[in-house]
Amino acid sequence: MAKVLMKGNEAIAEAAINAGCLYYFGYPITPQTEISEYMAKRMPKVGGLCLQAESEIAAINMVLGASSGGTRAMTSSSSPGISLKSEGVSYLVGSDLPAVIVNVQRGGPGLGGIQPSQADYYQATKAYGHGDMHLIVLAPSTVQEMASLTGEAFDLADIYRTPVILLADGAIGQMMEPVDFSARTPRELPEKDWATRGHGGSRKHNIINSLYMNPEDLERTVEERYVRYRKIEAEEVKYDTFMTDDADIVCVAFGITARICHTAVTMARAKGIKAGLIRPITLWPFPNDAINTLADTAKAFLSVELSMGQMVTDVKLACGCRRPVDFYGRTGGVIPNPADVAKKLEAMASELGLRS
Amino acid sequence: MAKRIIIVAGHYGAGKTNVAVALAHAHKDDAGGCVLCDLDTVNPYFRAADNAAELNAAGVRTVIPAYANTNVDIPVLPAEIASVFCSDETVIFDVGGDDGASALGVYAADIERAGYEMLAVVNMYRPLIADPADAVAGMREIEQYSRLRFTGIVNNSNLGAETTKRHIEASAEYAERVAALAGLPIVYTTVVGEENAPESVPAGEILVMKNSTKQLF
Repeated sequence: MAKVLMKGNEAIAEAAINAGCLYYFGYPITPQTEISEYMAKRMPKVGGLCLQAESEIAAINMVLGASSGGTRAMTSSSSPGISLKSEGVSYLVGSDLPAVIVNVQRGGPGLGGIQPSQADYYQATKAYGHGDMHLIVLAPSTVQEMASLTGEAFDLADIYRTPVILLADGAIGQMMEPVDFSARTPRELPEKDWATRGHGGSRKHNIINSLYMNPEDLERTVEERYVRYRKIEAEEVKYDTFMTDDADIVCVAFGITARICHTAVTMARAKGIKAGLIRPITLWPFPNDAINTLADTAKAFLSVELSMGQMVTDVKLACGCRRPVDFYGRTGGVIPNPADVAKKLEAMASELGLRS
Repeated sequence: MAKRIIIVAGHYGAGKTNVAVALAHAHKDDAGGCVLCDLDTVNPYFRAADNAAELNAAGVRTVIPAYANTNVDIPVLPAEIASVFCSDETVIFDVGGDDGASALGVYAADIERAGYEMLAVVNMYRPLIADPADAVAGMREIEQYSRLRFTGIVNNSNLGAETTKRHIEASAEYAERVAALAGLPIVYTTVVGEENAPESVPAGEILVMKNSTKQLF
């Protein structure tokens, strides 16, 4: 298929339809409402359903219902609406149901603001729901990745029977870039023999449930889930690097911030600073090994985020605190420009005695 | 001197703001001056308000919604818009995409009284209007929302930063189909940078534009 020009949000919606998602449940909120609008126009044409729920909570529970039946379902929102869905997300995990949840982040806490943000990092990677649980967290950085990682999210959700978060930001959601929907090869998927589909009495009935009467049964179920989590950590880490081979200072950034850092690294290089960039594409599982390996040669890391520095701890843990991890970021919907980041890299280079 | 109102409308993300900003620059030396009026109540980030400083420096007056580019999405249009109907300025209206054109409908009577041109910005690389029939169906909806009628087509077919001359040339047939289906003339074919201008266009003029979209990185 030839390339088309799309907003990041539209690319998510079209990619979901391409991935065979037939059920989209949402509730409008800036800066992700284009997903709902696009779904409303396209879903009827492909025999699917786009439903504007009465609330975000209703939408996530509709996803739970649709997924129980073995179909691909998605919901999307932005930060405040994402918080509302958290109970349903935990129930999805507890029921071992695949689902794709899109968060096009805006400023917080509270209603915050409509400008871009990455301040839901902790929420997405550490504790989106109650209980012993993880979610796979994917962080697209281009409109192309909004499409390809949406497809990947559906596949990962089905393979590991887990909800997957697409953690985008308002900037990637709103900006327009060319996108090619044929760029991704779908993965081999397991049969959904657990789904509560009608079967005419041909088998034992399936039950979708997150309540366990006996503590031992719940413990066993959670432990089995953690075996899957270990497999995800071993096999599904994704990241990208730029000029890290000889880098003294390695930026760590995802989403729109990685695009800003890419330019900042080039600017710093022009001034003789050996800067590089590692871009986690999966935020959980985090690219611990890749960062740890970079710590063998890099002298320092710089985490760059649209938040107060929520990823810093993960970078410190990844490198075993062997190198200093500095932070540069803006929050509240303010976006730093590449020159701001380059200036920070220059200051670090001076502190580390890397420049004459 | 006849008052001139040029309305730039069309599908969401078709490139209306870039076209509106280019037209404002093209009309900045008009006898009565030029005003660009941002009527977009739909887009939270990328909008004509981003170009206000540059337009003002070029001598173009701008009328921008009060909350544009703030942290709230309150679609309030300023009372100042009324001023464009009692001046000699050439008025460029940058309208929100699709149903965002309902904001334009508020001023339909004033616009009708003054006389107007309403340009439909189309881009064959936007999937929901890639089929000329869909593009024209969308235009008809916008006419309903705005209570005004399109008078011409702007072929703004582009693939963003990846646009080449070949992409623009390949869109000529599409633009002709849209124009024929809508029963309207092609007024402009746009290019960003003169080097991308095709040798010839089926009808109308070539509008050379700058990329006026806010750059984040």
